[in-house]
Amino acid sequence: MGESLPGGSAQHRPVRTLRVKMVLLGSSGVGKSSLALRFSRDQFRNSSPTVGCAFLTRMLLLSDVTFRLEIWDTAGQEKYHSVTPLYYRGAHAALVVYDISQRTTFSRAQVWIRELQKQYIPGSTVMCLVGNKTDLDQDRQVPAQEGQKVAEENGLMFTETSALSGDQVNELLLAVAHRVYECVGGQQEVLSEWQEAPSVHQVHRNHYSPVASCCRLGP
Amino acid sequence: MEEGTPRAAVSWQNGTLAPVDRLRTERADSPTPGLVEGTEPGAGQRSAMFVHAQSFEDLTAEAEDEAQRAAKPDCSEGRDAEEFKVLVGEKSSEKQRSEDLLSESGTKEEEDVSSEAWRSHRKHMFVLSKAGKPIYTRYGTEEALSSTMGVMMALVSFVEAEKNIIRSIHADGCKVVFLNKSPLVLVGVSQTCQSDKELQRELHYIYYQIISLLTLTQLNHIFQHKQNYDLRRLLAGSEYLIDNLMHRLERDPGLLLSAVTCLPLASSARDVVSSSLQAAKDKNLVFSILLAGDRLVTLVRKKDQFLHHIDLHLVLNLVGSSSSFREGEGWTPICLPKFNTEGFFHAHISYLEPASELCLILVSTNKEEFFNMSECKHRFMERLGKRNAYQVLKEALKSPSYAVEQVGIPELRHFLYKSKSSGLYTSPEFPEVYQSDEEQERLMGLYQDLHSSLHHPTRPLRSYYRCSETENLLARVTSGFELYLCFSPLATKALAVSAVIKLLKWIRKEEDRLFILSPLTY
Repeated sequence: MGESLPGGSAQHRPVRTLRVKMVLLGSSGVGKSSLALRFSRDQFRNSSPTVGCAFLTRMLLLSDVTFRLEIWDTAGQEKYHSVTPLYYRGAHAALVVYDISQRTTFSRAQVWIRELQKQYIPGSTVMCLVGNKTDLDQDRQVPAQEGQKVAEENGLMFTETSALSGDQVNELLLAVAHRVYECVGGQQEVLSEWQEAPSVHQVHRNHYSPVASCCRLGP
Repeated sequence: MEEGTPRAAVSWQNGTLAPVDRLRTERADSPTPGLVEGTEPGAGQRSAMFVHAQSFEDLTAEAEDEAQRAAKPDCSEGRDAEEFKVLVGEKSSEKQRSEDLLSESGTKEEEDVSSEAWRSHRKHMFVLSKAGKPIYTRYGTEEALSSTMGVMMALVSFVEAEKNIIRSIHADGCKVVFLNKSPLVLVGVSQTCQSDKELQRELHYIYYQIISLLTLTQLNHIFQHKQNYDLRRLLAGSEYLIDNLMHRLERDPGLLLSAVTCLPLASSARDVVSSSLQAAKDKNLVFSILLAGDRLVTLVRKKDQFLHHIDLHLVLNLVGSSSSFREGEGWTPICLPKFNTEGFFHAHISYLEPASELCLILVSTNKEEFFNMSECKHRFMERLGKRNAYQVLKEALKSPSYAVEQVGIPELRHFLYKSKSSGLYTSPEFPEVYQSDEEQERLMGLYQDLHSSLHHPTRPLRSYYRCSETENLLARVTSGFELYLCFSPLATKALAVSAVIKLLKWIRKEEDRLFILSPLTY
């Protein structure tokens, strides 16, 4: 996953690894866990519903900093909603996921957006609306334009993905990472430092242009 | 759950708290069927890990009003009024409700409840609210059974109106058993040979599974605010846990015996694993449990805090039912209903390696402790590696059971042995004759019948011998152990009786490997 850094000599390696907390929210069965597994291991498999929350990590090397993405994959079932704030509190990035073939999950995603907006100061958290399961396009109930419109109205990034095929998943991850990097800017003390230096997936930051918060990702 | 917290006395009906630390000097060298509790093979030498229970009577005893422990887990229950309105607020229409439920769970096997196939299931389990609203059915869908459940509730209410309690109905080879656990009513309909008490035990397990997901506090809170609340909304997506539990009740000897089984492991290796787990502690850590599939490797508990076997079975069911824990580190609220029905613990659940069967569960009282628990796991792994115990564990996983031939008793096919004081049991792998699922289920059914006879509510037996064309069975219960043996049909009664002594001697010889004799505490 990710591209190799061209001519990545030792002196260009970043000296710091920063922790970035990313949370996945949305209804049960929309594919949050499948996206999380794509993010962390580039794998897909059907699994049972998440119980509580699952924690996964992924190392991303940008040109002058390494991000240790700490991915909190939350359970979508209603009984866990009262504990979900425990997981999204202090997140640098929040991905609100819905299933393009289930309109009810899109309505629920909008409830999550409102919930997050109550919690966060604008600009402090990168938020992205994600329409998952584009492989079920023939059963689509939510047009892409509708997702785009909701994202624009709320100042969110927007993309559609398929965790099954992996389509647009890597692009989403990188765009979110760059946006976090931009938001933090010079004040990197917002992100705490990670002590270990594990193996890293290398990605060249300059390959990706910054995306406006309301822009659609992908081609 | 701090060390110095004063504790309310807990009285378990038909049982006491586990014995205090003491070396059992009076352990018998040559076991006999009359061994007293604490000296039987497999009895812990230091202290038991579980709340001690006399087989399954503790479960069926009405002990709900017992004093709760003063040391309570973090109650994640405090909701403000607005949050609560969101939780119990009705959807715009019934149609919308059904659609939402289907999209949430979407996995319930639809079976026509008017069909002969549905009626032919030998055992049905239903859960409904006091208002008669369907909550769970093992077969078919709840919507299709709403009128049936309404009739069930009418029966309960009718008898209650006469200042009485309906316990069971027996008619035409069918038993209908009721368990009234306000605000829920659980009903079992069975054509099996199980006694009412056995069916009640299974209904209790379902009840505790629901409490484990929601807490009794939340359950009461919901129904106090709204009597006709549809609880399926909160249980949506978790039905598979109850389904899996039902499957376990039919297949897992541990649930029948109210005990757990251990991964066979040299005591020296188990001690290293236990001490490594003991060293990786945290002030809010209450229980550290290492599992190998459905088998216990070790359990370390906070001093004076005991885990009930029912709570451990619920943890086993949670881990065994959810493949999601393999993908990352799980952090989940879990209520241990036999410990405290009021609030959630938070459990850090993770496999030592993605493809491994070894799963570590760290139960904390603090919901903010994820990273501390994660650190505890890393410290444990580090110590295991340094002391070369991880490799030994991996080797042990290659042979997680043993063959009945190792016992050296001719005609013996299978057995179940439970040490009452340790709450642990052992049994060999199923032999060739019982390789198919159907045969294993049939054998478990036979064991259940024996268990029902030994624990009959009015005429309990000490021993029971039974012959059939396919196998001969012997069951024996003493104050120290419970034993169920299965022989080939060629075995004589004399051989079966003499086999008991031989088997007990073999278990005594192997007890270091088959049981946890020296459980540790923090």
